[in-house]
Amino acid sequence: MKYLDEYRDARIARALAAEIRRRSSRRWVLMEICGGQTHTLMRYGIDELLGDSVDLVHGPGCPVCVTPLETIDRAINLARRTDVTLVSYGDMLRVPGSDTDLFHVKAEGGDVRIVYSPTDAVNLARSLPDRKVVFFAIGFETTAPAHAMAVLQAQRLGLKNFSLLVSHVLVPPAIRTLLGSPKNRVQGFIAPGHVCTVVGCRDYEDLVREFRVPIVVGGFEPIDLLEAIRMLVIQLEEGRAELENQYVRSVQYEGNRPAQEAIARVFESADRKWRGIGSIPESGLFLKPNYAAFDAERLFDLADICAQEPAECISAEVLLGHKKPTDCTAFGTRCTPDKPLGAPMVSSEGACAAYYQYKRHLVTL
Amino acid sequence: MPPTINTNATSLHSEPVSSEETKDLTAFSCPVPLPARERILLGHGSGGKLSADLLQQVFLPALGNPVLDRLEDQAVVSVNGIQLAVSTDSFVVKPLFFRGGDIGSLAVHGTINDLAMGGAIPLWLSAAFILEEGLPLETLKRVVDSMQKAAADAGIQIITGDTKVVEKGSADGLFINTTGIGRVRDGVSLSASQARPNDVILVSGFLGDHGIAILAEREGLQFETQVNSDSAALHTLVGRLLEATSEVRCLRDPTRGGLSSTLNEIAASSRVGMELDETSIPVREEVRGACEMLGLDPMYVANEGKLVAIVAPTAAQDGLRALQSHPLGKDAAIIGHVTSDHPRMVVMRTPFGTTRIVDMLAGDQLPRIC
Repeated sequence: MKYLDEYRDARIARALAAEIRRRSSRRWVLMEICGGQTHTLMRYGIDELLGDSVDLVHGPGCPVCVTPLETIDRAINLARRTDVTLVSYGDMLRVPGSDTDLFHVKAEGGDVRIVYSPTDAVNLARSLPDRKVVFFAIGFETTAPAHAMAVLQAQRLGLKNFSLLVSHVLVPPAIRTLLGSPKNRVQGFIAPGHVCTVVGCRDYEDLVREFRVPIVVGGFEPIDLLEAIRMLVIQLEEGRAELENQYVRSVQYEGNRPAQEAIARVFESADRKWRGIGSIPESGLFLKPNYAAFDAERLFDLADICAQEPAECISAEVLLGHKKPTDCTAFGTRCTPDKPLGAPMVSSEGACAAYYQYKRHLVTL
Repeated sequence: MPPTINTNATSLHSEPVSSEETKDLTAFSCPVPLPARERILLGHGSGGKLSADLLQQVFLPALGNPVLDRLEDQAVVSVNGIQLAVSTDSFVVKPLFFRGGDIGSLAVHGTINDLAMGGAIPLWLSAAFILEEGLPLETLKRVVDSMQKAAADAGIQIITGDTKVVEKGSADGLFINTTGIGRVRDGVSLSASQARPNDVILVSGFLGDHGIAILAEREGLQFETQVNSDSAALHTLVGRLLEATSEVRCLRDPTRGGLSSTLNEIAASSRVGMELDETSIPVREEVRGACEMLGLDPMYVANEGKLVAIVAPTAAQDGLRALQSHPLGKDAAIIGHVTSDHPRMVVMRTPFGTTRIVDMLAGDQLPRIC
C-alpha cells in the first residue's frame, strides 16, 4: 500500500530500534498518549524490539476508556426511552455501564444506531422527524470539529429533534495532571499526532516549558513511533527538553484553523470527570449556552444519574501510566474483553485490551 | 421504561469462569441457566466467541450427542457401511445481490463447502425459503435461477424444498436454508481435532474478498478496483488436494469470523498452538486498502470460497502444488505451522520478527455477511 508500507518497513524498524538501544544509557520511561499509538506498539511488538532500553507506559488517550461510567448510564437511560433514537460510534456499544451496555439495550428493543460520522446522525434526525435523535458525541480534540459542524448543520436545517450527549475531553490538561502527580515517573511524551493536526502544538510547548519535559508529536505507524522514541531518547541523553514534531506530514504548528474556529464557536471548556481518574480542571468541552437547544443533558432529565466504579479496576493507575495492564491481578482472569471490569479492557484502543489482544502469550496469568 | 438488565453487574462479582470450565459444563446433564434476562445479540451470529458461548450454554446441553458434540462443519454418519456427510446452513446476507454473487449462489456454495470440508462428494441439497410479504416475484426468480446455475455448475441437484411467507416486517426480503448430503471419500477422515505439532497450515488464496465485497455494496463504497466476492463451490479443489496426499488432517472454510476464528477453533479442538508468518498471508492489495480505511483486520473478514488445510509436514509441498494446480487455489500459500507451544493460541510472527496473538473475534465485526 503506497504511503503506508514505507512506514511499516521491517528493515528501517530494526535499524531504528538498534539505534535507540545503542543510544540509551539508562531505561527511559516514555509515554505515548494516544490509544491508537498503543495499539500499533503492541500489534507490531515494538516493546519487544526495544528490549530494556525504553520502558513504554501507556497514556489516557482512549476516548471510550475515559468516558465516565455515569455518562454511559445516561446514554443507556436515553436509549431506553421509547421516543429516543440514540446514535453512537460502534465502540461505545460494548462499554459496560453500571448494569448493562448499549448492545443489550438494543436487544431489549431500544433504538440504538451505529454511525461512522456525525453527519449521518444529522441525516437520521431529518429522516425521523417524529423521533428525538441523540448523538453520543465522545472523543478528544480530533472528533470535536466534526461534532461542532453537526450542531451547526442541525441549526442551519432548523432541526428541533437533534441533540448531542457530549463527553469531550482535552489532552493537555490530562498531561498536566499526570506531570503534577507525585507518583509520576514519565520522562518524555509522544504527543497524539491527530489531536495536534487539529489544535496545533502551542499547548504542548507550554507543557515543555512548565515541566521541562521533552515532547515529540508522533504519528501512528510503527516507523513513526520508533522515530518519535528515538527523538525523545536523544533529547533525554543530551539533557534537552524541547517540543519536536515527528509527524510533519500531517501536523503544522498552528494546526487546522477552520477546525479550531468550529470548536470555539460551539464548545467551551470546563472541568470534566474522566473515568478511572476523576475530575481534571478545564479538561472537557461542553456546548455553549447559545446551543443549549442541542444539549441532551439539558433537554432530558439526566442529572440524577450517578455511578460508582468497580473497586477492583486499577484503570486510573493504568491510564496515568503508574501501572501496566499486566500489573493488575484481575488482568486476563476476572477482567477480559468479554467481561471487562473497566473501560481500558473494552475499547479496541484501550491499553488493557491491547495487551490482552496481542501479548497474552507472553504473560503468565 | 423497561426494567433493568443486570448481567454485567453479576459478572463483576461472580467467580471467574475459565474457558476450561466452560467446556466442561457440557458434561452436566442440566443446562447451566443463563441470566434470566439475557438476550440474543447480533454478535451471537458472528461465528466468534459469542456463537461458541451459545453452543456451549444452550444447544449442546439440550441437544448434545456424540455426532453433534464433535462440532465439525458437517455431521458424518454411517449407513450400511457408507459414510454420509450432512450439513445445514441458513443465509441472511444483506444485500441479496452483490459483486460476485447473490444469496442464491451463496446458499448453494456454502452448504457444498461444509460438506466438502469433511472430505465428502456433495450429492443433493434441499432448499427452504422464508419470504417476506411484498417481495417482488422477479427478485425471487433471479435468486432461484442463480441457485439452479450454481447447483448445475457444481454437478448436484436440489431435490426437496419448502416455502414459508411471513408478514411484512417479520423478515428482510428473503432468507434461505439449505441442507446437503454427501458421500465421504473412502479412507478419508478429517477433523479439527487432528492437528499435530509441526503440521503445516495452508490457505487456498486471497483472504477477505467476500466480506469487503459485501461491505462495499452495503455502504456504497467506491474503490479504484472493485472487489468481487470469492463465493465458490470448493469440492473439486478438495478432491484435487485429497488425491495428491493422504496426509490431510483437517479442512475448514474460514467464513464468518475469518481465518483467525477458524484457526482458533482448530487450535482449541486439537489442543495445540499455531504460529503464522504475517508476510506469507495472501491478501489482495485492494482488500488491504479497504480494511485499512475501515479499521478492519483481513484476518477477521469473511471468505466464501477459500479453505484452510492442516497437513502433515511431509505433505506440505505436494498439498501446495495440488491446490495451486486448481483455478480456485492458484494463489494458495503456506502460512504457518502447528506447534506444541502456547496451546490453544494462534500467534502471528510480524515482519519485525516480533509476535502477537491472533484472537478469536469477540462481538461482531459485520453482521449478516452470509
